[in-house]
Amino acid sequence: MRRLVVTIILAKLIRPVIPMDINVKMDDLSEKENAFNDSIQAGKVIEPKDWMPEKYRKQLLRMMSQHAHSEVVGMLPEGNWISRAPSLARKAILIAKVQDEAGHGLYIYSAAETLGMDRSEMIDQLLSGKAKYSSIFNYPTLTWADIGAIGWLVDGAAIVNQTVLAKCSYGPYSRAMLRICREENFHNKQGYQILAYLMRGTQEQKDMAQDAMNRWWWPALMMFGPSDKESPNSADLLKWKVKLFTNDDLRQRFIDRTVEQAQAIGLKIPDDKLKWNEETRHYDFGEINWDEFFQVINGNGPCNKLRLKQRNDAHANGQWVRDAAKAYAAKKKVN
Amino acid sequence: MESNHQWPTWEVFTQKKQGAPHEHAGSVHAPDGEIALLNARDVYSRRQEGVNIWVVPSDAIIASSPEDAGAFFDPANDKMYRSPNFFKTADGLKQI
Ligand SMILES: [Fe+2]
Ligand SMILES: [Fe+2]
Ligand SMILES: [Fe+2]
Repeated sequence: MRRLVVTIILAKLIRPVIPMDINVKMDDLSEKENAFNDSIQAGKVIEPKDWMPEKYRKQLLRMMSQHAHSEVVGMLPEGNWISRAPSLARKAILIAKVQDEAGHGLYIYSAAETLGMDRSEMIDQLLSGKAKYSSIFNYPTLTWADIGAIGWLVDGAAIVNQTVLAKCSYGPYSRAMLRICREENFHNKQGYQILAYLMRGTQEQKDMAQDAMNRWWWPALMMFGPSDKESPNSADLLKWKVKLFTNDDLRQRFIDRTVEQAQAIGLKIPDDKLKWNEETRHYDFGEINWDEFFQVINGNGPCNKLRLKQRNDAHANGQWVRDAAKAYAAKKKVN
Repeated sequence: MESNHQWPTWEVFTQKKQGAPHEHAGSVHAPDGEIALLNARDVYSRRQEGVNIWVVPSDAIIASSPEDAGAFFDPANDKMYRSPNFFKTADGLKQI
């Protein structure tokens, strides 16, 4: 029998020892990386303490922290309408929805921490403006119909994205996505219902719904990111099954499933070129304004500064709660 | 900003229903176990996903290491006779 050498290491389940491959020669490293790539192709799910290429870890950490930030910042545009929701029921639903987004942020931060970065560091990056988040949340919520449009279109786009991410190669991320996907359908439906009700209302209400549609449609399409030809990381991410489909594929999937829903309640999609293509069995659609996308991403959207300020204020306003909890824990330790 | 004094992490295990095993759900940050429980409830059980929750300080968990999985689990590898499928007996029986 082989000699049994087992090192049981005392290690946090969630915080891996990040291997310092200083002593490993380049050949060994690429050999390790090849084995890693093969195991992913064979369908292996990577867990925190498994060996992984540094680039895989970095890319995932970047993606996951941005995703977590998006959930957190995403609470702001909707939070803007909690006190003005048109009925008590709508208000309760909106609060629950926004609370879910806080939960989503926490699931993903927790999963991202398994890659070796503390949550506080990620949050610092968000608060200082260094980190990115989904540019969709830099648009304002001007009317109640916008809350409908966000749930239906923005969460709808997120569902398409996240359903696929639930099958990604990194275990903690994929499990967080499964949890999130179970909750997103509620977000999606409550939004759609808001618009459906408005479309059955007065002309003024119908106009308000259509106006929200006109303002949110294109930014929602931009949520999937620029065409993969222009995103430098795509090839690696696809190879590592961090991404399973291209941005364009997912965008198309979203459009195909959403057009019918718009038609069913009488909303017009603000795109003259939108047309069913019998040959491709998909909808053709018009040119996306990528200038606008890059403007918003680079800080020049309508609400970038406001969002950052709101997030910093919220964090500062919560300081006393964190202090109190800490003091209470310390006091109990003494007693 | 206030890094450096982030609360410790706690691993969260939730039990879906009575009689079911506790399953790892994720982690939370909290200054003590009591608040860890409250946070775990709000983060991992907003829809009655759990009837019971455990929280454990993350650094109290001792995990086997993936690199040693081969050797570590080796004692079980050559004992196929622990599985009932190992035994071929008579054909055509409904039981056994
Ligand atoms: Fe979410
Ligand atoms: Fe959502
Ligand atoms: Fe999301």
